[in-house]
Amino acid sequence: MLDDFFVRALLAGIGVAAVAGPLGCFVVWRRMSYFGDTMAHAALLGIALGLLAELDPTLGILVVTVAVAMTLLVLDRLRRFATDTLLGILAHSSLAIGLVVLSLMTWLRVDLFGYLFGDILAVRRIDLLWIYLGGAFVLAVLAWIWRPLLAATVDEDLAKAEGLPVPAARIAFMLLIAIVIAISMKIVGVLLITSLLIIPAATARRFATGPELMAVIAAGCGMVAAVGGLGLSRVVDTPSGPSVVVAALALFVVSLLPWPATRTKDTSDGPASPIHDHARPHGGSGDRPTAIR
Amino acid sequence: MAEPASLTAGQGVGVFRGGRWLLHNVDISVAPDEVVTLIGPNGGGKTTLVRALLGLIRLDAGHVRTRAGLRIGYLPQRFSVDRTLPLPVHRLMTLTGRHARAEIVDALAETGVADLVAAPVQALSGGELQRVLLARALLRKPDLLVLDEPVQGVDFAGEAALYELIGAIRRRHGCGVLMVSHDLHVVMAATDRVVCLNQHVCCAGPPHEVDAHPEYARLFGPRAARAFAVYPHHHDHGHALSGEVVPNAPPAPPPSDRHEDRETADVG
Repeated sequence: MLDDFFVRALLAGIGVAAVAGPLGCFVVWRRMSYFGDTMAHAALLGIALGLLAELDPTLGILVVTVAVAMTLLVLDRLRRFATDTLLGILAHSSLAIGLVVLSLMTWLRVDLFGYLFGDILAVRRIDLLWIYLGGAFVLAVLAWIWRPLLAATVDEDLAKAEGLPVPAARIAFMLLIAIVIAISMKIVGVLLITSLLIIPAATARRFATGPELMAVIAAGCGMVAAVGGLGLSRVVDTPSGPSVVVAALALFVVSLLPWPATRTKDTSDGPASPIHDHARPHGGSGDRPTAIR
Repeated sequence: MAEPASLTAGQGVGVFRGGRWLLHNVDISVAPDEVVTLIGPNGGGKTTLVRALLGLIRLDAGHVRTRAGLRIGYLPQRFSVDRTLPLPVHRLMTLTGRHARAEIVDALAETGVADLVAAPVQALSGGELQRVLLARALLRKPDLLVLDEPVQGVDFAGEAALYELIGAIRRRHGCGVLMVSHDLHVVMAATDRVVCLNQHVCCAGPPHEVDAHPEYARLFGPRAARAFAVYPHHHDHGHALSGEVVPNAPPAPPPSDRHEDRETADVG
């Protein structure tokens, strides 16, 4: 069964989404989407260096994204520039260097488009191994650092003052993002990886009443988007990355619709109950009442 | 002085940032079952000192000694939760440690907000949030409660009630309390020792002594000194600023206090 490229692509997409959803929630909560983007751009340099060293590109991505994350930690501490300036410099210069290195390797025929936007034909068995072993590792570590990471996301001082290992959790989190980017590259491509982290998490916000539930729903939304997008990619022969992102976006838009079972302020009953917002019964399910509990 | 009995003690604490001393040569300690209140003008270094004692910032002089295994419950000065993070009150209560549901409800009941157990944190009013945060700190059964401006975002009537509550908590749990306030009025009632901070310790001692201290009058002016002198002996009730008497038991927050449409519950 694994001989069929499409089955391999589906398994890869589902595996990647299951990991990207929970991790992406933290990216959203911590407002780190630009950080994720920077790591993803740096992934192309990793691919180039991996090919140059005749190593697996996934390994190259891992090494370079981790190096970029650590560089950022050090530069950030020096406080010479604002973080987003540093991120911009690192993101685009590493992408540019990657493209230059790739074009210099004239002896290699490189499918640049596939690396940038994903290619379902490119998923090999060894990639599935990377995704499922790497993904299981990421989820295990995430579960392990969940409490300190979540506490630090809510209030860093509070988490530190009450004795949680905040710096260790933050560094571990950066490494996890690097791993997810490395294993997602084949499916969505380096330019679109961040969207797989962010869009399912943003979709899940509408339906979640707690952080853990949001992580689970994000994983589910990501899996649906992966299956839908890859199906689209196969049927109409579009690149897999953009197709998955389009499917994820469609889910997000659906989540924004005023659902019949939900009551939001915009769809309130008008003058009949003018102050119902303030008379909300205790134990409401969210700052936006939701359909799913 | 860092006598072994104190929960936490800083000696000669100095913090130097941006070319100036935010804190210089500060000695401070909190003993078990003692309420120490830091007062002082804005920018006087109150929050900096708290963060130094909690080990959140690097010291440039002196040192901080903390009793081994000290359990701290912390109520930070600014607390807001991003709207993208769905966080009901009961989940906030277990943010830094596991607790049984019954314990959580008990702690919330102690601060008078048990009915909010399932409410999203972002929908709480300032006063509700402070009570929830206080319950959260209590839940850890702390040896030391650190409260940085616990009445921020709370109206005057709620303020007196909150200070009464803090006093009651300290009597019931026997924990040490380190409290920051720039509010000179109601705070003194339940305080054992006042430390007046303006980069250095201007004066320190029991409230009535600090009140009479010329440094204190110089810092805050005679009006403030007079206002605060009214309060030290009120234990059975507090006063709102309008002069009305506020009963001892923490009243439930008024219903109009709830806001559905509040985006962040920022108390800072």
